[in-house]
Amino acid sequence: MSPSAILVAFNTILVREIRRFTRIWAQTLLPPAVTMTLYFIIFGNLIGSRIGEMGGFDYMAYIVPGLIMMAVITNSYSNVVSSFFSMKFQRSIEELLVSPVPNWVILTGYVAGGMARGLSIGVIVTMLSLAFTQLEIHHVAVTMLTVVLTSALFALGGFINAMLATKFDDISIVPTFVLTPLTYLGGVFYSIQLLPEFWQAVSMVNPILYMVNAFRYGILGVSDVNVVFALSMILVFIAILFTVALQMLKRGKGIRH
Amino acid sequence: MTYALEIEGLTKTYGDGFEALKGIDLRVEQGDFFALLGPNGAGKSTTLGIVSSLVNKSAGKVKVFGHDIDTDLAAAKLGLGVVPQEFNFNQFEKVFDIVTTQAGYYGLPLRRARRSTEKYLKELGLWDKRDTPARMLSGGMKRRLMIARALVHEPGLLILDEPTAGVDIELRRSMWAFLEEMNRQGTTIILTTHYLEEAEALCRNIAIIDHGSILQNTSKRDLLKQLHRETFIMDLKAPLEGAPELAGFEARLADDGALEVEVEKGRSLNEVFDALKAQGLEVMSMRTKSNRLEELFLTMVQDNAREQQESTQ
Ligand SMILES: Nc1ncnc2c1ncn2[C@@H]1O[C@H](COP(=O)(O)OP(=O)(O)O)[C@@H](O)[C@H]1O
Ligand SMILES: [Mg+2]
Repeated sequence: MSPSAILVAFNTILVREIRRFTRIWAQTLLPPAVTMTLYFIIFGNLIGSRIGEMGGFDYMAYIVPGLIMMAVITNSYSNVVSSFFSMKFQRSIEELLVSPVPNWVILTGYVAGGMARGLSIGVIVTMLSLAFTQLEIHHVAVTMLTVVLTSALFALGGFINAMLATKFDDISIVPTFVLTPLTYLGGVFYSIQLLPEFWQAVSMVNPILYMVNAFRYGILGVSDVNVVFALSMILVFIAILFTVALQMLKRGKGIRH
Repeated sequence: MTYALEIEGLTKTYGDGFEALKGIDLRVEQGDFFALLGPNGAGKSTTLGIVSSLVNKSAGKVKVFGHDIDTDLAAAKLGLGVVPQEFNFNQFEKVFDIVTTQAGYYGLPLRRARRSTEKYLKELGLWDKRDTPARMLSGGMKRRLMIARALVHEPGLLILDEPTAGVDIELRRSMWAFLEEMNRQGTTIILTTHYLEEAEALCRNIAIIDHGSILQNTSKRDLLKQLHRETFIMDLKAPLEGAPELAGFEARLADDGALEVEVEKGRSLNEVFDALKAQGLEVMSMRTKSNRLEELFLTMVQDNAREQQESTQ
């Protein structure tokens, strides 16, 4: 395909993905807005006022970056996993398989679709948080880079999950048993400096901790980890998952007999 | 001339070890209307699946308009429109979106995609339904939606896997008329079917497939010639009550009282008349029964089954 045809194909996939999650907005955009508002009210206002300061900021301001990241991570992931798996399930993936769209464009198209949802929700949650606290972005470039790369990484993860899944149960296992616990334990609600040394060490092997902290550094200027290291790690993970996902698509297991 | 489709030594063994194609060869000329005819499980969908990249082949070559799917896949795909056997669109998407999205996958810019979508939705009588989610369409409309989707990038070769399965007779005829018109305008068409009348009514060339092998691949007319049996219809002087016992021949009474006698190719007709004479029957006039593809097909499939049985004994 010519470069311009490839661009058309990529846009087509992206637009279709955006159309999908906006068509079912009550399942995709609304729930995180409601959940995050509850977090802001309960942890930020009701409990937060008793906790006082964390990392030199009032508790509400401290948890907002983590909560935004949490929403971005889950939504980037679940958009791709559910959209691609249902394409597989309904066999409408065949529309792409018969067409000349190269595999890497299919992959980047879906990842971009997942990022579109993840980042839209990031924006929605950020807007909502402004009703509860003031945000002054400390370092715009770091903030943007972290959120965009993290979103891409988890969209890729969702794609791999969808390729491996054979039934609907398989698409909720990772979000429920891996992503949610790792996010909760990834320093969304606390600085790991509050933990005993042993648990600090354990926390350091959780990749999500690095993403939350890099993002928090972008907004507040404080971090439990080295930000350059965090960003490099995300990039390495992206490269690995992209290669794996592309290879799976090429082999076509579960989509081609 | 390059063929619209050229298949050589194509084999397919599925993951479970089942050998669905045992080395088939097929050539379809540009402009042809071609039928791949065979009973269920013959390997028709497998063949079309490989041509359209939905199934990985085990061995062999496939070329679409001269473009090898191993080395020149994108070009092969651009020349091909695919209508699969099962509905495979997103049930929740709208008719218009399904077709324009497909155009986008082929790289058609939005304006051209929309124009082409409009053209084919109108031609297939779906324009009124353009904003309807696909799941609300009737079975026949869903089938036509898949045809519009396959045509939106204006491929030179349209392949349809059992396009009229489960479609009522009236709709089937209008679909036939549409396909014939597409063919007249230059689109090469290949369809699979197990409806004999469909292959007979539409196609110029027919390949018969069974148990993963091509049994015959020739023109409809040649196929008829190769029939190894002929049926003669005889009008008798005196009407009969029941079919007579003719030594060495199968005979039956047709509805209108005429006698039908089956004769193997190569046997003398004098033998038939001797047998008739022995029964005291007098023939006033005689004609050959036009051999329908259906009978031919049944004969061939039965023969194939018998051969298989014999070879495994
Ligand atoms: N995914 C598959 N795995 C194993 N066997 C299959 C698969 N798909 C089809 N088959 C078998 O291959 C044979 C040919 O199937 P198919 O090409 O669908 O036949 P047709 O379209 O002529 O009815 C059948 O016996 C079928 O059971
Ligand atoms: Mg079939």
